[in-house]
Amino acid sequence: MDTWNCPFPIQQYPCVLLAHGGGGKLMQQLIEKMFTEVFGPKPASGLHDSTVLNLPAPRIAFTTDSFVVSPLFFPGGDIGTLAVNGTVNDLSMSGARPLYLSLGFILEEGLSMDILWRIVRSIRKAADAAGVKIVTGDTKVVERGKGDGIYINTSGIGIVECEGPIVPASVQAGDAILINGDVGRHGIAIMATREGLDFQTTIESDCAPLNDIVSRLIQAGIEIHCMRDLTRGGLASALNEIAQGSSKTIQIDEASVPVHQQVASACAILGLDPLYVANEGRFIVFVPETQAPKALEILQSHALGQGACRIGKVLGECKPVVILKSFIGASRILDMISGEQLPRIC
Amino acid sequence: MKYLDEYKDPKLAAQLSRQIYKITTKPWVIMEVCGGQTHAIVKFGIDTLLPDKIELVHGPGCPVCVTPLEMIDRALAIAARHDVIFCSFGDMLRVPGTGGDLLSVKAQGGDVRIVYSPLDALKIAQDNPKKEIVFFAVGFETTAPANAMAVYQARERGLHNFSLLVSHVLVPPAMEAILSSKNNRVQGFLAAGHVCTVMGYREYSPIAAKYKVPIVVTGFEPLDILQGIAMCVEQLEEGQYDVENQYARSVRAEGNVYAQDLITKVFCVTPRKWRGIGEIPQSGFSLTPQYRDYDAELKFNLGDIKTQESRDCLSGLILQGVKKPHECPAFAVTCTPEHPLGATMVSSEGACSAYYRYKR
Repeated sequence: MDTWNCPFPIQQYPCVLLAHGGGGKLMQQLIEKMFTEVFGPKPASGLHDSTVLNLPAPRIAFTTDSFVVSPLFFPGGDIGTLAVNGTVNDLSMSGARPLYLSLGFILEEGLSMDILWRIVRSIRKAADAAGVKIVTGDTKVVERGKGDGIYINTSGIGIVECEGPIVPASVQAGDAILINGDVGRHGIAIMATREGLDFQTTIESDCAPLNDIVSRLIQAGIEIHCMRDLTRGGLASALNEIAQGSSKTIQIDEASVPVHQQVASACAILGLDPLYVANEGRFIVFVPETQAPKALEILQSHALGQGACRIGKVLGECKPVVILKSFIGASRILDMISGEQLPRIC
Repeated sequence: MKYLDEYKDPKLAAQLSRQIYKITTKPWVIMEVCGGQTHAIVKFGIDTLLPDKIELVHGPGCPVCVTPLEMIDRALAIAARHDVIFCSFGDMLRVPGTGGDLLSVKAQGGDVRIVYSPLDALKIAQDNPKKEIVFFAVGFETTAPANAMAVYQARERGLHNFSLLVSHVLVPPAMEAILSSKNNRVQGFLAAGHVCTVMGYREYSPIAAKYKVPIVVTGFEPLDILQGIAMCVEQLEEGQYDVENQYARSVRAEGNVYAQDLITKVFCVTPRKWRGIGEIPQSGFSLTPQYRDYDAELKFNLGDIKTQESRDCLSGLILQGVKKPHECPAFAVTCTPEHPLGATMVSSEGACSAYYRYKR
């Protein structure tokens, strides 16, 4: 797919023009020669205002997310892979099997058509890897200076085949909390590429689709009480959201949370706490203590769970807080972050 | 991680804690000078490993917290100009001035950028010759060499679109101000390890002798701080008041002489106003006359700035170790990290912010 030649005449239109979102011939050409070429053939009945889907189960999960990352390309992924995996992961966290995505582009006038082509191919590659289809889409172009190159929105539908709602309210006292790998890679990979923060790492984003690893747990009959993918706000925010949603006290052991050495070093230099740094391919799962060893074994046997481990448990108290046992054995509250983490002075 | 994990070892921490319990017979008030130490104490729960007789009070060593309101307001005025790219360390961006903060200037169209080093700002100056690049040079002796280097190199390279908004402060005069205050409760100090890495610790000996207080140059990891406290308590119990160096893996008595040379080339010592404390003589740096072309205050004639501090904020007393954050009636009520009344609630090194995050 990397050698796929674009049937769209890029030499003729090296940059996105306002007319590419204007509803006329240029827009039609972009859709037909680039988008439908990559995402699937035009239906025999022709392009229409909406797609009709036959879903194989009565319970569906539905979610939406928008992607505005800068830079568009970063070590380990790009805005296209994020747009697919982000929505796939949100569906997976409800125990749903993701099937279909929509794809909305907001393009900035002047965006290089080559860049758009790279992103479109990367979306297809990520969709194939996750086993989902792009079934509908939309393109708008905004004037130069009114966007950041490209914004993407994806919505997704998945079918829910497992029993019991996988939601914070299902969390029980005594549940074990497992994570599928080390934290903070995505945030540090992005930060390392931004202007003004000139440090070097070989860290790549952990951006990945979590639907397969989650389905292994479900298929093995693990009684999942809750899951959450760790995105903005990192592990600390996800734990706080679940503590609040379940009205339960969560206890985490700081020493047990895996952090790659380079991520830990970058965080130490910048004054960031890796527990608050963003991830795009990590999740936590709450399971009954009796099932924790089996669930851990399943996670560790998957390519996206080789660093999986247990990081804490749900306590009997009903106060919605997260307590962190620090490296030296003292306890403190692990709070939600206010605003963004900002690199410190010294 | 090498040089970090070893200093978080729970067994050694417990051993040091037992040692401190064993040697402590009387109540002692010890101040950790640096905000980074305050943060580590609260983050790792170091205070919970100490006997009740040891009280840690938090010092003024948070550069964000002590930058005076007038200086924040000057930064806001400069950053709002269309011809300026305003560069700053990240944690200055949320500090409230009289009418907003740098993040709100950015939201209103100002070009405000976070950089990790002033040399990154210099590169921005090189890449944007039609813009004026201003770097907010805030900090203690720790950040002074890098800021001095930026100005030095700007001059060497003939870059005239670069300047510093200087708000540099110095640790020893602040320690003296605290010790000579009639409210003072501090009996021993943990001095700031990174400041001493640059400046050495010889200038602390006269302070220790004059005020009869032990001063222990201390690092930032949990075991550093516990060991620093143990060394300080040992001196207090024995009635000694020497300067000792716990952070020997980084600090030498003479400091980093190359960095000091650069500082004296570019900066001279000057009186400075400290937010919440007031003016302290000879307590900061400003650019020498030779480098006045790089002084943003002179370059952008800002006129008089009228400031208004919040009446409910006790950050001045907190920075002097007289009050603890939770003794402030506004703490976590009208003053939160989302709506800070003072800078101590903003910076990751501010005592109020550390208490809000970890100790509520």
